[in-house]
Amino acid sequence: MGFERQEDFGTPAVKSDEMVSLTIDGREVTVPAGTSVMRAAAEIGGQIPKLCATDNMKAFGSCRLCLVEIDGARGTPASCTTPVMPGMNVHTQTPRLEKLRKGVMELYISDHPLDCLTCSANNDCELQDAAAQVGLRDVRYGFEGENHLGLATDFSNPYFDFDPSKCIVCSRCVRACDEVQGTFALTIDGRGFGSKVSAGQVEDNFLGSECVSCGACVQACPTATLQEKSVKAIGKPERAVVTTCAYCGVGCTFRAEMRGEQLVRMVPWKDGKANRGHSCVKGRFAYGYANHRERILNPMIRESIDQPWREVSWDEAISYTAARLNQIKAESGARALGGITSSRCTNEEAYLVQKLVRGGFGSNNVDTCARVCHSPTGFGLSTTFGTSAGTQDFDSVMDSDVILVIGANPTDAHPVFGSRMKRRLRQGAKLIVIDPRRIDLVRSPHIEAAYHLPLQPGTNVAVMTSLAHVIVTEGLADEKFIRERCDWDEYQDWARFVSDERHSPETLEAVTRVPAQDLREAARLFATGGNGAIYYGLGVTEHSQGSSTVMAIANLAMATGNIGRRGVGVNPLRGQNNVQGSCDMGSFPHELSGYRHISDAATRKLFEDDWGVTLDPEPGLRIPNMLDAAVDGSFRAIYIQGEDILQSDPDTKHVAAGLAAMDCVIVHDLFLNETANYAHIFLPGSTFLEKDGTFTNAERRIQPVRKVMEPANGYGDWEVTQLLANEMGLNWTYTHPSQILDEIARLTPTFAGVSWERLDREGSLQWPVNEKFPEGAPIMHVDGFVRGKGKFVVTEYVPTDEKSGPRFPLLLTTGRILSQYNVGAQTRRTDNVLWHKEDLLEMHPSDAENRGLKTDDWAKLTSRSGETTLRVLVTDRVAPGVVYTTFHHPATQANVVTTDFSDWATNCPEYKVTAVQVMPSNGPSEWQEDYNEQAERSRRIVQAEPAE
Amino acid sequence: MSEGTIVKLRRMANQIALNYAAIGADSAVLATADHIKKFWDPRMKSSIFADNRTDLSPIATAAIDLLAAGVTPAPQSGGTEFNKVNEVGHSDAG
Repeated sequence: MGFERQEDFGTPAVKSDEMVSLTIDGREVTVPAGTSVMRAAAEIGGQIPKLCATDNMKAFGSCRLCLVEIDGARGTPASCTTPVMPGMNVHTQTPRLEKLRKGVMELYISDHPLDCLTCSANNDCELQDAAAQVGLRDVRYGFEGENHLGLATDFSNPYFDFDPSKCIVCSRCVRACDEVQGTFALTIDGRGFGSKVSAGQVEDNFLGSECVSCGACVQACPTATLQEKSVKAIGKPERAVVTTCAYCGVGCTFRAEMRGEQLVRMVPWKDGKANRGHSCVKGRFAYGYANHRERILNPMIRESIDQPWREVSWDEAISYTAARLNQIKAESGARALGGITSSRCTNEEAYLVQKLVRGGFGSNNVDTCARVCHSPTGFGLSTTFGTSAGTQDFDSVMDSDVILVIGANPTDAHPVFGSRMKRRLRQGAKLIVIDPRRIDLVRSPHIEAAYHLPLQPGTNVAVMTSLAHVIVTEGLADEKFIRERCDWDEYQDWARFVSDERHSPETLEAVTRVPAQDLREAARLFATGGNGAIYYGLGVTEHSQGSSTVMAIANLAMATGNIGRRGVGVNPLRGQNNVQGSCDMGSFPHELSGYRHISDAATRKLFEDDWGVTLDPEPGLRIPNMLDAAVDGSFRAIYIQGEDILQSDPDTKHVAAGLAAMDCVIVHDLFLNETANYAHIFLPGSTFLEKDGTFTNAERRIQPVRKVMEPANGYGDWEVTQLLANEMGLNWTYTHPSQILDEIARLTPTFAGVSWERLDREGSLQWPVNEKFPEGAPIMHVDGFVRGKGKFVVTEYVPTDEKSGPRFPLLLTTGRILSQYNVGAQTRRTDNVLWHKEDLLEMHPSDAENRGLKTDDWAKLTSRSGETTLRVLVTDRVAPGVVYTTFHHPATQANVVTTDFSDWATNCPEYKVTAVQVMPSNGPSEWQEDYNEQAERSRRIVQAEPAE
Repeated sequence: MSEGTIVKLRRMANQIALNYAAIGADSAVLATADHIKKFWDPRMKSSIFADNRTDLSPIATAAIDLLAAGVTPAPQSGGTEFNKVNEVGHSDAG
C-alpha cells in the first residue's frame, strides 16, 4: 500500500439493532441508532472538517469546526456530538458554516507557528488539512498578540517530542491517555488562554511523568505537537505495510511506515482485531534493535568455545554445520541430536525446525520455549475442555461483569489488552486479583479491585479449591450448565472433594495467607456477579502444580457456567508473540502439528508420506531433559533458533553445564546471546521486519507477518533452516513461506482452511478454521466442549518441596516489567533501558529493615542453586516474606538463583517459588564476575579476510 | 547416567504419582504409567526401569513396574488423550 493516513470516521462505530435513515447533503444514509452525524457523513464519503474528533475515542465537541446545519434545528450543532435522528436533513457546507469555520480556524492559526514547510508534520497534519478544507487564506488578527509560540519543547522522552508551541489544546492526547490507554498521565493545566497540555504536575516532563509511552497521544495528535523523533529525523513515510508485532502474545497489528527500506515508525493499525488501533511502548517504539550495532550479520564457527569466533561464508557455515551434525549422528545415533523452536519466530519457521529435527536429524528431540511458560496450559485445558487454547477473543472482555486475574500482570506484560480490560473495569465490571504482589491493576486511576487476595507463592491450587469450596457449599454452582455440558458423575466427585472442610477458606488460610472472609466474598462475587472471565499468566503455570492450577481454573469456570459465550471463559495470556503458534506447529517432543501423538501410526504415516522420511515413534527429550542428557553424554548437538536458554531457563549453572557438555551447539539468532557463549556455530537471524510468515496470538488468531525490508543477514530464518535441511539431503523447495503454510494446512486439521491468500484478504483467522468453522472460531466450546463433556478434575493441593526455612527464609518470585521483553535481547538494545536499566529486587520494608537494606543498596540473593547480586527496591507492593525480581538483564542472571523444580505434568520450571536469603553486599558475586569474564572472552570475533 | 539425572527422574515419577493419587491408587498407577509412556524419552524410561525402586512412592513403583513389563496402560485423564490423525479436538499436553 502507498502512504495514506488511515481513514478516520470521527467518532466510534456504534452497535445497535435499530437503524436510522437520514439525509446528508442530499444523500440518504442509513446507520445504527446512536451514530453521530459526523460518522454518518463519513460513511458516505463526506469530510466534515474536524480537529478534536477521532474515531477511537468519544466525541468531545470542543474544536467547533465540525458544525453543521440541520433542518428544523436551532443553531449550528457540532456534528460529532449530535446523534442521527430519523428523517434528519443535514447540511455540512453552507455560507453560514463556511464563515463560522473560517473564524474558528483564524483563531487557531493566529497562535500557531507558520513553519509548515519545515515542520515534521508537513503534508501529514490535520490542522493543515482543516485550514485547506475551510479555505483559510488570511488571519485578520495578525500574529503579534499574546501567544504560546515561545513555549519550550520537551525532548525528554526518547521516542517522541512534545512541542507545546504547536498545540491547539484539542485534548485528543489527554483523552487518548484516559480513554484508550487508561493511564490518565496527561491533563489540561490552567484555564482559558492559559490552558496547556501537561504531563502530570507543572514540574514534570514526559519522561518523569506517569506516561507509559504507549504512543496513543502521539497517534491522536492532529498537529506536530506530539511527534515521533524518527519522523523528525527521517521525514514523512512514503509507504506503509501492515504487519504483526513480534513482542507479546497480544499480537498487535501495526502499519510499518517506511521510506525506502528505512522504517520511519510503527503505527498501530485501527483494523487490527487484537489491538483495535492501540499499542504499547515496545511494539510502537522499541524496534531499534533491528539495526543495532551488536547485531551479527555474518555466519561464524569455531572448533571449541574457548576459541574466538571466525566469520565464514554462508556456504561454509551450512556445510560445516551439516557435517558436524552428520558426524555426531553417525557416532552416537539420531537421538543424540535435537533442536529448539522459538515463540519469537513465525509458525512457518517453527514448523520447519521441528520438521528438520524429526525428518533430518531423525529424532523427536524438539522442544520450544513454551516448555518454560505455558506448557501447563496445554495439559490443563486439554484435560478439562479438550483443547489447548484460550476460549475467547480479546474483545470478549468488554462483555465481562466480573474479571478474575490470577498470576498475570496485564498492564505490564500484555499492556494493550491490559488497557482494554481497564476500559471495561471503568465501565463498571468488578475485579478480583489473586497475586502475591499488589500489581497495578489492584489500584490505579479509576480502577480498584473489589478483592485482592495476596496469596503465599505456591498456593494457587489451595486458593482455587477454596474458591470452589465456597461456591459449591453455598449452593452457588450453575447446576443447569453442569448437567447439560459436563460429566455429572465427575462433577459430583469433584464437588464432594472441594466441599470437604479441609478446603474451606478458614482451614486453608494458614497455608494461603489469604483472609478467609475476603476469599469467601470474592468467590460469591465471581459466582453471582454475571459474566465471569478468568485471565491468567505465568504466575499460574510456572509452579510445581502449574497444570493442576490450570485445571482448577477450568473447574471453576465450568462450575459457574462461565464457558461458551462472550464475556466469560478461561484466557491464558501468552508471554511471547507466537507461543500459541509454536505449540500448534508440533514443537513439543511427543506430538506432531495439530496435537497428534508421535506414537500414533496413522499420524506418523501422514507425515512420513508427505515428507518422504521415516519418523521415530518414541517421544523425544524436553529442554531440561536435553540438558540432563547432555551432562550424561547421550545428547551431543542442538540447533537453537531464536531462544536464549542460558538466560531464560532456570538453574543457569545447570544449563551452562549442559551446553558446555555438548559437542555442537548451533545458535541461530540476531545477537551473540548468552547461550552463544557456549555455541560452536552462529547462524545470523532475521527480524520480523525482514520476512514473511504468520504469528498466532493468545486468542488463537493467525496473523500475517510481512516483509518490509530485505534481511540484513541475507536470509530469512526459514531460508536458513531450509539451507541446512538441504545440506543434510532433505531436498526442500520452498520459495515463499506461503508454501510452508499450505503444507501445514494440508497436514493439520485445525489449519485446514488457512492460507496466505486468505489471511492477506481477511487480515486474520482464529483457529480452528475448517469445514465445521469455515470462518474460524472467536469463542470456543459454544455448543459443547471440544472433548464432548467438560471434565471436572480433582486437584489435590500438593505443597512444593521448595520451602523457606532458616537458611533461606524468603520466597522469591520472578516476573516482567512493561518496558522490557523476556530476556531483553531486543528491548535492552533500545532506549527502553531508560525505564529499566537493571533488574531490581523488590522487598517489603520490614524484611529490608531487618537486613539493614535500603532502596538502591546492593544485596546478595542466594538460593540452594546459586547466588547473584542486584540492587534493592524497598516497597510494600510485595508482602513480608516475599521478594520479587525480573530476569531481563544478563548482568543480574536472576536464573542463577531459580531451581530445577518443575511442574509435575510438563516440567515447566517453578520460577515463581524459590526459597532465598537476601543480605547486604558490596558488589557482583563471584559467579557474576566469572560469568562476565567468560562471556567477554567468548564473544571475540576474528573478521573474515576480504576476498581477493 | 549421572546421579543428578536419576534423582531428577525419581522426583519426576514421584511427582506424577502424587498428583494422580487423588483419583485412587489403582487408577493413579495406570495414569502415572500412561503419563510416563507418553512423555518420556526412551533413555529416561530405560534409566528409571533400571533403577532400584527404593526412592519411589508405591504408586510410582507400581507404574514403573507396569511399564517395564511392557504393559500399555489406557489413558486415565484427558491430558494424555491426543487427536487422531484427522481429529481437531484435544491439544498439547506439554
